[in-house]
Amino acid sequence: MTDARHERAPGDRPSREMHASAPSELLVYTIGLFVAVLLTATSFWAANTTLLWPGGVLLGLAVLAIAQMGIHLVFFLHITSGPESTNNVLALAFGVLIVFVVIAGTMWIVADMSTNMMMPSGAPMSMQH
Amino acid sequence: MNLLGKLDWNAIPLHEPIIMGATGFMVLVVVVVLGFVTAKGAWLYLWREWLTSVDHKRIGTMYCILALVMMLRGFSDAIMIRSQQALAAGGAQGYLPPEHFNQIFSAHGTIMILFMAMPFVVGLMNFAVPLQLGVRDVAFPTLNSVSFWLTASGALLVNISLAVGEFSKATWWGYPPLSEMQYSPGVGVDYYLWSLQISGIGTLLAGINFVTTILKLRAPGMSYMRMPVFCWTALAANLLIVAAFPVLTATLAMLALDRYLGFHFFSLEGQGNQMLYSNLFWVWGHPEVYILILPAFGVFSEVMATFSGKPLFGYRSMVAATMTICILSFLVWLHHFFTMGASANVNGFFGVMSMIIALPTGAKVFNWLFTMYGGRVRFSVPVLWSIGFMVTFVIGGMTGVLLAVPPADFQLHNSVFLVAHFHNVAIGGVVFGVMAGYNYWFPKAFGFKLDERWGKASFWCWLVGFYVAFMPLYVLGLMGMTRRMQHYDNLSWRPWLIAAAFGTAIILVGVVCQVVQLVVSIRNREELRDVTGDPWNGRTLEWATASPPPAWNFAFQPKVAELDAFWSSKNRAQATKDEPTPTRKYEPVEMPKNSATGFVTAFFAVVIGFALIWHIWWLASVGVFGAFVTLLAFSFRRYNEIEVPAEEVARFVRSHQAGVAA
Repeated sequence: MTDARHERAPGDRPSREMHASAPSELLVYTIGLFVAVLLTATSFWAANTTLLWPGGVLLGLAVLAIAQMGIHLVFFLHITSGPESTNNVLALAFGVLIVFVVIAGTMWIVADMSTNMMMPSGAPMSMQH
Repeated sequence: MNLLGKLDWNAIPLHEPIIMGATGFMVLVVVVVLGFVTAKGAWLYLWREWLTSVDHKRIGTMYCILALVMMLRGFSDAIMIRSQQALAAGGAQGYLPPEHFNQIFSAHGTIMILFMAMPFVVGLMNFAVPLQLGVRDVAFPTLNSVSFWLTASGALLVNISLAVGEFSKATWWGYPPLSEMQYSPGVGVDYYLWSLQISGIGTLLAGINFVTTILKLRAPGMSYMRMPVFCWTALAANLLIVAAFPVLTATLAMLALDRYLGFHFFSLEGQGNQMLYSNLFWVWGHPEVYILILPAFGVFSEVMATFSGKPLFGYRSMVAATMTICILSFLVWLHHFFTMGASANVNGFFGVMSMIIALPTGAKVFNWLFTMYGGRVRFSVPVLWSIGFMVTFVIGGMTGVLLAVPPADFQLHNSVFLVAHFHNVAIGGVVFGVMAGYNYWFPKAFGFKLDERWGKASFWCWLVGFYVAFMPLYVLGLMGMTRRMQHYDNLSWRPWLIAAAFGTAIILVGVVCQVVQLVVSIRNREELRDVTGDPWNGRTLEWATASPPPAWNFAFQPKVAELDAFWSSKNRAQATKDEPTPTRKYEPVEMPKNSATGFVTAFFAVVIGFALIWHIWWLASVGVFGAFVTLLAFSFRRYNEIEVPAEEVARFVRSHQAGVAA
């Protein structure tokens, strides 16, 4: 592990040589805006069209939504795979993991308790499985 | 329209001699302290140097003072619970009526977790982490001050509830439906809600501040694997704060909507689900346990390595164990409500996860033991607390693993066995940890050591008192005694409860010894003075600077090339003793300017909280407006930093070196 790798914070000015090779900020934001608008428009179109099989629309919208998140992360929040954004990527992974655990766990627990407690009066609670 | 909402003279319980006595005592203490400050003419000093300070060391010290004061309050609640249960056997009703007893155990839990343990742990992190990282302050100094004062506001609201109105009778977790308006129409639950909301926001801000500080502001060369273990545990605890506290805030906000605006999140009559509250509360509540214990583990690691004169055994495994606990702590929360009606699959999963957490914790215990093994251990006060912790915490951990077995939990839940278990880990882990940290870093904060004799007396009283007070509760739990009993008919429990009350009395002696230790140490400070800045032969960077450290911590930013940076630099200095030290040019230091933002915002937070509790809507809007204007004024501040001239830095270093040489 080199020192330099840990000393640059995201949002710091990149060094001159890196700056030269990187695309300009305006271009990055413009591409991001264009793709984001495209994805938004597509999802509005997909939700209202009759041309597609209705069962697939739901799945398609989910895919478009996830793609939208990815676009925001890459173009607007500057999450990259480079060493200077290791902290941000790890923080994001931690956040996603915790949100997933909390939401999935809560749904599992509450749904389980809800079915387990819906019983005809007098019947004992099922503790077998 | 009523100008004062629900507030009137009946809110003050004049007919209750015990409450009025406690209130009178509290008011007396406040008057004496204020009178003392006035007599000394210290108001301006206090305002400039402490209340508006954004120095992390000052803020950390204030956090610890708040925690020590609240510990006295929470401990007096504990004495009342134990003495009531020792008295109220058979036909006797004791001296506390049920409504008052319910408030006391609710206040005891709330205060000890949120206003004693939390401020103490955050205070130690505040004081030590930037020094250990070799930096001059935290990432956001003014935000740090806001965090502290918001925590203090919450504590103030809890104390106001003693005199004006009542505190919650619905335990420290406030389960609905008991905490809903229908069953708790008084202001007690509202005091609980708003004091937790205000201090919770403060804690969340502190968490963000420390995650940023540890990830972004380290001395040059301090890569992650060169950070002291206390910084690692602080990082893990603050990640947990950032992830868990929003859940608490959202859950309590939903309960507030239920109570204030007739929502039905948790009330059954409106298709709400009260089990969701338990679920969400413990999504926060279990990580909270690790927010408290992980920094304590960090303190023990520092103390063990320093006082054994050896590097910490298994540094990498310690880091791995810390981060594993950080993740696993989010996967066990259901064990707080095994008996609520989940099926065996769900209970089984969370039971197994709860047992798995014992593995990294066990690895840590072995690491501490191996750190001592072969070392020359100095049995100073911090080491005694650490060894007492290892013995006590392992017992508490084993009863914890027992409780993690769902069928066993069905027998033991809601009994005093559980009370004994969590006090075993909370006192044996967190309290012993913060006491070790308090004795360990006190000389760094004030420049003189704490008295050893009184410190040892305090430790032994706490240790013996803990066992006498809580081992009987394990027995009582197995005999079938449930928690929170104001009186009981089973006379065979009584001898055990008298023993437990006796144990509390021994702990009281320990607490008194602590107070005496502080007084005696201040009086004998000249004999206990440490001029070197390194009284314990320390290993990490906080011991590299003077005690107390200057506002700028380090005249030159330390360069770090390995773990235990200060230890290795001392060894190098030993090797190159005869070489003349090269003179370096001192440079001016930019320091963040003091700010009253934290204090003023917190003042308005108290106004908002008090007004919402008593339904005084106009006053609440005044509070919101005031807090908003304060933050606005801060954001328009033009000069954020003052420059400490190079001459002053140089003068400080020279006088410190002269002191060391003499």
